[in-house]
Amino acid sequence: MKRGNALALVKLAKVSKVYPGNVRAVAPMDLEIAHGEFTVLVGPSGCGKSTTLRMIAGLEEITEGDISIGDRIVNDVEPRDRDIAMVFQSYALYPHMTVGDNMGFGLRMRKHPKEEITKRVGEAARVLGIEELLQRKPRALSGGQRQRVALGRAIVRNPEVFLFDEPLSNLDAKMRVQMRTEIARLHHRLGATMIYVTHDQTEAMTLGQRIVVMKDGFVQQVAPPLDLYERPANRFVGGFIGSPAMNFLPGHLIQQDGLRLVCADGQTTCELPAGFEPPAQTVGPKLVLGIRPEHVSVGGSNPSAATELQVLESLGNETLAYFQVAGQSVTARCPGQLTAGIDEKLNLSFAAEHIHLFGADEEGANLLHEG
Amino acid sequence: MANPNKRRLAKMWNHVWIHALVWLLVVFAVFPILQIVAISLRPGDQLYSTELQLIPDGATLDAYRIMFTEKPFLLWLRNSMVVSLGTAVIGVALASLGGFALSRYRFGGRGAALQGILMTQMFPATMLLLPLYLLMRKLHLVDTLGGVMIAYVATALPFCIWTMKGYYDTIPVALNEAALIDGCSPLQAFMRVTLPLSTPALVITALFSFMTGWSEFMVARVMLASKELMTLPLGLESLFTTYQTEWANYAAGSLLVCLPVVVLFLVLNRYLVSGLTLGSVKG
Repeated sequence: MKRGNALALVKLAKVSKVYPGNVRAVAPMDLEIAHGEFTVLVGPSGCGKSTTLRMIAGLEEITEGDISIGDRIVNDVEPRDRDIAMVFQSYALYPHMTVGDNMGFGLRMRKHPKEEITKRVGEAARVLGIEELLQRKPRALSGGQRQRVALGRAIVRNPEVFLFDEPLSNLDAKMRVQMRTEIARLHHRLGATMIYVTHDQTEAMTLGQRIVVMKDGFVQQVAPPLDLYERPANRFVGGFIGSPAMNFLPGHLIQQDGLRLVCADGQTTCELPAGFEPPAQTVGPKLVLGIRPEHVSVGGSNPSAATELQVLESLGNETLAYFQVAGQSVTARCPGQLTAGIDEKLNLSFAAEHIHLFGADEEGANLLHEG
Repeated sequence: MANPNKRRLAKMWNHVWIHALVWLLVVFAVFPILQIVAISLRPGDQLYSTELQLIPDGATLDAYRIMFTEKPFLLWLRNSMVVSLGTAVIGVALASLGGFALSRYRFGGRGAALQGILMTQMFPATMLLLPLYLLMRKLHLVDTLGGVMIAYVATALPFCIWTMKGYYDTIPVALNEAALIDGCSPLQAFMRVTLPLSTPALVITALFSFMTGWSEFMVARVMLASKELMTLPLGLESLFTTYQTEWANYAAGSLLVCLPVVVLFLVLNRYLVSGLTLGSVKG
């Protein structure tokens, strides 16, 4: 079922969407998706990720710019002629058709011979393990089975591009993890170009080869998962990617017996570890220090801050400890079990190589990894 | 704490008066039908009787025989069928498309169109009789079954469009979009996905349109003059003459008119109930 090496590059050039009433859903964006790439569009509700996907699908008209699939601009091409398949959040299975008919519908509409349809539906059903469901109606299926059928309907067509619009949102946590692996396996098997929309950063990090982070219609960063995690372009990306979210401490840096952060309250200072050497221009002006919970350790001989423990969450393999530093919530993720009492004063140490500095303005650009 | 005996007594009293009310309403609903059955079976043209027997003494099916053999009942039936089925087919076709446009597309004047359609329902049909007649005369459609059909479609369409629109609103848009991506044109997506899922609403629309044509008297009376174009209500009215009314024939004819509709309701009962309740709860 693996495709050949046909060119299947999805390209968005200055594509934007403005709804009537001058409501901007997507600001002019540029994006290139290579053949066989798994790209994830991620962001909070209303960030424009689904609108972008729907514009690629042809379900939403674009206000400006060009979208091309392969070597042709598809701005005015009907969805059926774009050679795409889409998996919807609500599965969108045709309730009046059996599973087999649902999966073969696209091929029937394209007038493929009956034998070929049966063969391809059977093959897809075998890949997804739903052979015994082919005669059932969608209402007789569980959520996970329905999602498999929706996937099957897409792969039967063997399209150039697969589009996924939050396909796992309606599933329970366990099924979501299972289907996530299934989609990853499918991508590996088919080698097809996939564009996947989700608001769940874990899904984005585990599935995407490249992730597009969006906010308020603007693309914040396009990068592979680890790059996003290690070098977030701005404060929003830093806070959005990673769970629990990155800790932020607003303030300014001073040189006084080593480098220190004077927190926004003007009283609390955090001693920064010796190995942390930011550019000279970051010392002085207002900024926001960011550090992920997994890079904050409790105890240590050279603590950055000392504060009372507020809440402790034991998850078995790790413990999440919550503190307050200068009125800001700080979370530490500790391996194994942490034995400490609430209100007990503990030392917090920041890992030098994982400290981020962001601008204090609205944009909050990363001051250590600019550009 | 209230006395349990008192509570039981209050509950029983509630039961009694609710049942009494229900039975009273049932009598009001059923008595006229039983009366008509009795009249249709009475020998001669006796409207009044001192007895309450359902099957009167000397009961006869003569009136039914006369309706089929001596009266042009089958012609009236044919005319009514043509008009009612025509109204139903045209009504369903227009309402299913119009409702879809109003449900799924956003265009200038959509709100005004919806309000306007609803507003046409505020005017009583009799008020529109004269302008309707003048319009049909201009179109040379007076005294034709087509003219009556157009009038009925115009009457039934607003309700039908709203019914269809309301039903489409409950069908997820994603189904239509999935069909568009699967290879359908907008019309194919409508015909192959949306329409088959709208059966309950289509049945309601068809039935309502059919009934508009089947039982209507006033418009037909004004628009149709030729005897050979008489619909059932007009035919039954023709049994009243200045000097004599053929009560038994009239009663038999009335029951015969009801029969197809009763059968239709029984056959479509399943869709009818779901169609009337669907749309009230999303999901």
